[in-house]
Amino acid sequence: MNVMQNVGIGSAINRVDGLQKVTGQARYAAEHPVPGLVYGVIVSGAVPKGRILALDEAEARAVPGVIEILTHKNRPHIAWFDHSHKDMVAPPGSPFKALYDDRIHFSGQPIALVLAESFEVARHAASLVRASYEVEPHNTDFHKAQAERFMPSKKRDSFQPPKNRGDAGAAYEAAPVKVSADFHLATEHHNPMEMHASTVIWEGDGGITVFDKTQGPQNVRDYLAGVFNMSAKNIRVMNPYVGGAFGSGLRPQYQVYLAVMAARMLRRSVRVVMTRQQMFTHGHRPEALQSVQLGAERDGRLTAIRNSATTSTSRYENNMENVVNWGMMNYACENAAGEYAIAPVDTATSSDMRAPGAATGMTFFEMAVDEMAHAAGIDPLEFRIRNYSEIDQMNGTPFTSKALREAYAEGAAAFGWSRRSQAPRSMKEGRELVGWGVATGMWDAMFSKTSASARLTANGHLEVASAASDIGTGTYTVMAQAAADTLGLPVEQITVRLGDSTLPTAPVEGGSWMAASVGAAVQLACRSVAEKLLKAAEKMENSPLGSASLDEVRFAGGRISLRDDPARGVAIAEIMRAAGMDAIEVQETASGGISGMISQMRKSRNTHSAIFAEVRVDEELGVIRVTRIVNAVAAGRIINPKTARSQILGGVVMGIGMAMHEESMADHRYGRFMNHNYAEYHVPVNADIGDIQVIFVDEPDPEVTPLGVKGVGEIGIVGTAAAVANAIFHATGKRVRSLPITIDKVFDANPLP
Amino acid sequence: MNPFSFTRPTTVPDALRAVVRPGGRFLAGGTNLIDLMKENVERPSALVDINRLGLDAIEDLPGGGLRLGALATNADTARDARVAKRYPLLASAILAGASPQLRNAATNGGNLNQRTRCYYFYDNTTACNKRNPGTGCGAIGGVNRIHAILGASASCIATHPSDMCVALAVLNATIRVTGPQGEREIPFGEYHRLPGDTPQRDNTLHPGELVTAIDLPAEDFSAHHTYLKLRDRLSYAFALVSVAVALRMEGDRIAEARIALGGVAHKPWRVPDAEQALAGQPASAESFARAADLLLRGAQGQGHNDFKIGLAHRAIRRALRQAAAGTPQSQTDKRVA
Ligand SMILES: Cc1cc2nc3c(=O)[nH]c(=O)nc-3n(C[C@H](O)[C@H](O)[C@H](O)COP(=O)(O)OP(=O)(O)OC[C@H]3O[C@@H](n4cnc5c(N)ncnc54)[C@H](O)[C@@H]3O)c2cc1C
Ligand code: SF4
Repeated sequence: MNVMQNVGIGSAINRVDGLQKVTGQARYAAEHPVPGLVYGVIVSGAVPKGRILALDEAEARAVPGVIEILTHKNRPHIAWFDHSHKDMVAPPGSPFKALYDDRIHFSGQPIALVLAESFEVARHAASLVRASYEVEPHNTDFHKAQAERFMPSKKRDSFQPPKNRGDAGAAYEAAPVKVSADFHLATEHHNPMEMHASTVIWEGDGGITVFDKTQGPQNVRDYLAGVFNMSAKNIRVMNPYVGGAFGSGLRPQYQVYLAVMAARMLRRSVRVVMTRQQMFTHGHRPEALQSVQLGAERDGRLTAIRNSATTSTSRYENNMENVVNWGMMNYACENAAGEYAIAPVDTATSSDMRAPGAATGMTFFEMAVDEMAHAAGIDPLEFRIRNYSEIDQMNGTPFTSKALREAYAEGAAAFGWSRRSQAPRSMKEGRELVGWGVATGMWDAMFSKTSASARLTANGHLEVASAASDIGTGTYTVMAQAAADTLGLPVEQITVRLGDSTLPTAPVEGGSWMAASVGAAVQLACRSVAEKLLKAAEKMENSPLGSASLDEVRFAGGRISLRDDPARGVAIAEIMRAAGMDAIEVQETASGGISGMISQMRKSRNTHSAIFAEVRVDEELGVIRVTRIVNAVAAGRIINPKTARSQILGGVVMGIGMAMHEESMADHRYGRFMNHNYAEYHVPVNADIGDIQVIFVDEPDPEVTPLGVKGVGEIGIVGTAAAVANAIFHATGKRVRSLPITIDKVFDANPLP
Repeated sequence: MNPFSFTRPTTVPDALRAVVRPGGRFLAGGTNLIDLMKENVERPSALVDINRLGLDAIEDLPGGGLRLGALATNADTARDARVAKRYPLLASAILAGASPQLRNAATNGGNLNQRTRCYYFYDNTTACNKRNPGTGCGAIGGVNRIHAILGASASCIATHPSDMCVALAVLNATIRVTGPQGEREIPFGEYHRLPGDTPQRDNTLHPGELVTAIDLPAEDFSAHHTYLKLRDRLSYAFALVSVAVALRMEGDRIAEARIALGGVAHKPWRVPDAEQALAGQPASAESFARAADLLLRGAQGQGHNDFKIGLAHRAIRRALRQAAAGTPQSQTDKRVA
């Protein structure tokens, strides 16, 4: 059997959970059947700020089948201190606590939970709960909020303050070529297909099992333990399948809090599912303003970078992103200054959404770079190459690897960039103007301490497990491949367990670190199994392996054999039989180790990409078609080119959405997002997507993470919107600096000749 | 969603009887009504499923017209060989709307009677005269990118969202209805109405009346027509502006022109002056621009939708050019012809 050659790290195998998903066997959080379930429907508040004066529940309580209505008045006790409500991903501030008191912090805030014997009854009764409010002045207009722009002293853990170098102000003033541009990004909501949902099973002994839509079951477990003052041992959180999340499931959302609160109060199993409309009442990508000024010599050498940005947060928490650093890191330029702050609005707290910070900040920086290339009269790809940096310019550190140059070259070749004519409006086909744009993408290559277990049974079956999540990204498959690679087993003999807080410790799935981290943990665990097997084999009488070390043997086809003499080997089953072992069970933790920590300090670790976009614009009518995208990605070792490609495709589609479609529109009088449904919140549909080509450039990097893997969940979106916007400029000669670029911003509104 | 009774009559008289109790609603494909019930915007006391009434046929009329059953689906209508051949404008408009899945469920009668997509109408916490008469209009001074530029009132600036209806307006269809007072026919132009100070009424159907069919007259515009729809993504979004055009050409000259706009008013928008101004004219940029001026006479933006006026002007001219040239807009190739 040489199956292992085809399934291990680097092979494009199908998703191991594919069959479960397409046949409907995969159950999502709201789909687990539970006898005697109570259904909870959330009543959402109507005003953005103020106090609840009265809640009229009489009519709702009179509906047969209603069990209870939870409000701030009758809720059970929860922890008092903010500290107990913090989850692992929480930004500084005072976390939102549903039904805590009569205060209203944002429109759509949950004000009651109606609990009934059936979903239909709960939903009907929920529509009969009436609230009256004392409304207070509020502001959801981010432009107005600029007056309250500030930088809190307590920073988010993930926040990295920009580091200035040189004298950007003077260099900008002195530069012979200058551009200055102000950009705006509309609020976006994550809008995963699956809505936030929790099924809480009351176990009878005080314990609960929670099926939750989350990107981190242990984060939810610890959060619930804090809020309800429960022992973490009595809480099991499961998320075996997640229907997309894009960051919206990093923090526990209010439905899980409400469902657990209700279950504890009623001592029954409870399910709470948000409506699509309610999906617009929690995290979202912050609205952003960014101002970029660039100075260059006439030959296109960058001499000054000034990069300043503001993103939105709520009034009760200070969410922060790394927005301005990317451009300062990426380009060779002696003078660079970055400045970043947040501004509060009366909405729920903004949150991480696919490539938080970079999707915004790198996109706008790359749009400004395009303006500079144009001002200097240089091809925008050539401009980027002229200002290429081998090191992280902001931190002054080398990269563990940076194959961006190769990405530019391979992407340009695949796209046919050399055939571009430089002047805007110079390419045309039929009635349409054709535009070609390029942009750079950049994201962190992170690694997070992760544990995994492995259990090999005598029949040759291997189970690997970790409390990791698979939000559609392919974690199941990656874990299976890391295991198959190490022990030479076919994927069919491997069971992967994840999405369960009782499994070995794993971080939330975010930041694109999951594949690198859990992959390494599984590999370590499987190596440990391999060592135990080898030791046992060498104890066998006349062991064909002699006293070979792990490096001298090969695991393949259920056998261990000598690398130098594959004929000499022994079957794993035989070894276990001889040693009288029913199973080998291990647990290992992958951490960067000392060498990793030293490397962390000395080197920067990033993924890079080069995105090329073609648009066709009917200028008279403002109709834009994105006909082609080539995204060339340098992300270290690719565990599975097929699932990795899917991640990039999804990122590109989302990037096109950012460029052209996605926008949560608020009515500032009501302080409320108004287009809160799938018909009016537009994400790209098939017709909006042309040809997408994904290239993974070769980037060997043994240093970045134990497996040399950098992760691909987010890099696909970064810069994509810039490539599209730059292509629109090339087609039309018109700069649109506010995303999304909708029809009204493009069509030629001048009166007819 | 509120409790309601559900009946599934098999005859029209039974259906009419079943729907009379206050709050009765006919249920066709349900693609609009059920959504609105989930949002607690529609709260019917009785749902009368009309899918078993046998009103789903598409039949030739004596004299060459065609009768579209109210319960024929949008998909079956657009794909009917007679519709595709004799009324390609209608087929095109239907195919420009919604998604294949929705068109498979949506019916012709339901399409006529679908309600506005105004964000405020859908959101119970806001003011809306159409949903709750007398509460005010949230969209005026609010988020009104998708709202009307023509025929709006101080009470309501909503648009009628249908694509199919824009083509039916141009084709001079007749709506056949039956109700407690018997049968009647409503010329298409009189079916939908402007909001005035009673925006809660979308059309002139009397309470309890059932649409049974849509009749298309025996007229042939298959050589010179188009349906051009502009929207916020290339498919599966409601029209910001759409234009249906049917022309009868005599050589290079326009003998007869019919134009209707979608996405801009509470009903498909036709202006007889604009159509007359084209009659006898050459198919030229000047005559098209004059027609566009006349169609948009009195157009008024609400802030976010100001762009629709300029966009509509261009869309009208382009659509006229497409129709005159005999190159109708494809609904699958997203390049604008
Ligand atoms: C996401 C989405 C996108 C869409 N995009 C588009 C689009 O781009 N363009 C477009 O044109 N449409 C679009 N639609 C709307 C769709 O065309 C309508 O929902 C559909 O035509 C309604 O038909 P139905 O049979 O499902 O009606 P139902 O939902 O069953 O009924 C709608 C209304 O009509 C009444 N009614 C139904 N039949 C009769 C009858 N025979 N007599 C009297 N009253 C009747 C009902 O009582 C109800 O009030 C979209 C819908 C959705 C959900
Ligand atoms: S435009 Fe009409 S439907 Fe919209 S809020 Fe105003 S009254 Fe209601």
